[in-house]
Amino acid sequence: MAWRAFTALCLVLCSLLPAWASDTLKIGAVLSASGPASFLGEPEKNTLVMLQERINAKGGIGGKKIEVVIYDDESDVNKAVLAAEKLIKKDQVSAIVGPSISGNTLAIMNKAAEAKIPLLSMSAAEKIVNPVTPWVFKTPQSDRLAVQGILAHAKAAGVAKMAIVTVSDGYGQSGREVLKELIPAAGMELVADEVYGPKDTDMTAQLTKIGGAGAQAVICWGTNPGPAVVARNRAQLGMKTPLYMSHGVASQKFIELAGEAAEGLVLPASWLIVADQMPDGPYKTLLTGYITDYTSKFGVAPSAFGGYAWDALTLLAEAARISGDTTPQALRDGLEKVSGFVSATGTFTFSPTDHNGLDASSFAMVEIKGGKFVLLR
Amino acid sequence: MLFGAPQYLVSGLTVGATYGLTALGFTMIYNTTGIINFAQGEFVMLGGMLSVVLLKAGLPLPLAILAAVLCSALAGCLMERAVIRPVGRAAPVNLVIITIGVSILVRGVVMLIWGKDTFALPAFSGAKPLRFLEASVQPQSLWVLAITLLVLGALKLFFSRTIHGKAMLACACERKAAALMGISVERMAMFSFGMSGFLGAVGGAILTPITLTSYDVGVMLGLKGFAACILGGLGNPFGAAAGGLILGVLESFGAGFISSAYKDAFAFIVLLLLLFVKPTGLFGGPKSDRV
Repeated sequence: MAWRAFTALCLVLCSLLPAWASDTLKIGAVLSASGPASFLGEPEKNTLVMLQERINAKGGIGGKKIEVVIYDDESDVNKAVLAAEKLIKKDQVSAIVGPSISGNTLAIMNKAAEAKIPLLSMSAAEKIVNPVTPWVFKTPQSDRLAVQGILAHAKAAGVAKMAIVTVSDGYGQSGREVLKELIPAAGMELVADEVYGPKDTDMTAQLTKIGGAGAQAVICWGTNPGPAVVARNRAQLGMKTPLYMSHGVASQKFIELAGEAAEGLVLPASWLIVADQMPDGPYKTLLTGYITDYTSKFGVAPSAFGGYAWDALTLLAEAARISGDTTPQALRDGLEKVSGFVSATGTFTFSPTDHNGLDASSFAMVEIKGGKFVLLR
Repeated sequence: MLFGAPQYLVSGLTVGATYGLTALGFTMIYNTTGIINFAQGEFVMLGGMLSVVLLKAGLPLPLAILAAVLCSALAGCLMERAVIRPVGRAAPVNLVIITIGVSILVRGVVMLIWGKDTFALPAFSGAKPLRFLEASVQPQSLWVLAITLLVLGALKLFFSRTIHGKAMLACACERKAAALMGISVERMAMFSFGMSGFLGAVGGAILTPITLTSYDVGVMLGLKGFAACILGGLGNPFGAAAGGLILGVLESFGAGFISSAYKDAFAFIVLLLLLFVKPTGLFGGPKSDRV
């Protein structure tokens, strides 16, 4: 008898639990707010905190207040896995945004999929959404889109022989794979494929070799400080070959490091950094609004990385609006139906075969002029 | 086939000078105390970072560099006094581990105070490259090579002509005998740490306009500097400087003529091969036991 009563009690409790939990919509976040990748996690965290207040002030998502549970993975893959477990088992969140870095996303992707909770990654690696996993989405632009932007610009300038110089870390090498695939596909010849180490301080040897190979343009793929050294070495060697950079250096810091050597370089960048030069429209309004709010709240201007967090949270709200419910399944299904949704990084159109949802227009091609990023038209 | 060779040579010599200056600092401390100081790369970093910070604080460039170098020399002395001397006559391996600890500490403190960003310093005399044969040379490279040679000459004079230099050499040969002759071995050890702090910081300050600096540049420099020491023969200042230059040139030619992907590997492969043939290094004398 006691055994039956106990079972009954358990059943009642179980049925009460979701009802109690449904007052708020819990969204988990795994971010690299400290550690080497804190330059990504910090603005993302700030943006989530800011958006949470704003969404709740407007009545929440699907009529529910949202609560963003943020865990810092300290840029460490083990901590990211632990954080994901906690979010799924202890906090029982309805969706997860993050992690900030690709390695951590790849490590927790399967956990989210097993628990049937949608994951909106804020890291760039193409592997996250190719092949498509039903429960995994990502907001940053793939390297492929940046390369397409650069190659379109080079092609218009009549470049037929291209050289690449890439950093020997994860970012550089995944970029290198895409470059090696897309450069021949664009009808150009890849005449030199050079590599440098993340800590290298002199790339004149690589650039001299590229000069000797008869390249008409060079693409450098890396994050600070390497590309700044490449730019300086190019100026030092008096090279006139046009130099393209990747979106990895689209920040004022790069211009500061490269100094005058940065003049005339062309690169793809998030629209956020040239928001003031954009044609008027809803996209410009959104970006300038974000920049103003963020700057007044945190005292510094947001970086493009913060925009990824903006995308993730507003996309979830949009998904809830489309499917009319906030269960993990409804959010996932809603995300796949998002179409023409303007957010900080670009216009998202997800489909069952495309979980990144962006196209090449999500990058602005900019040139560095007078120590500033200037939008190319 | 030989396209670009002059450029590779110039690039290699510039980078090599970095390794050479770091290697000199290693030699300095090794000669007086028998310790390999793995915080040597951190002295180089301090020289660069402090110059940047002082310049930003409003000091003119030469003054900022002077102050940065002196601060680093002081840091060297402080390191000996605070963590090496209290341990007393521990085995060299224990002391080496302590220097690794110090390097992590210094790196962490600098990161906490000035952050993880990379910083640049303006070149001493403009950035307009000079043409030399087929190579373009940055004026800063000439500064680096000139100052490295100057430092090397000064060290030579110091060790052969001054009483302090000779006293330091004496400590290296035989501590007990040196102490019996009235030389304060401890003071000489502190002095050698100060000098190697000075040398490292000079290297850091003159190289930052070319290589940029950040809190963690010391790690790789320390490693390469140590390799340069071994290549040139541990304990020989000229071997250290030459070892650095050779290492830099090897890397540059390897990257230019074979493949930049394996740039770091060439130098170390050559080093390994050399050690098989001549374990004392290029300029190291035959090892003999003192009687």
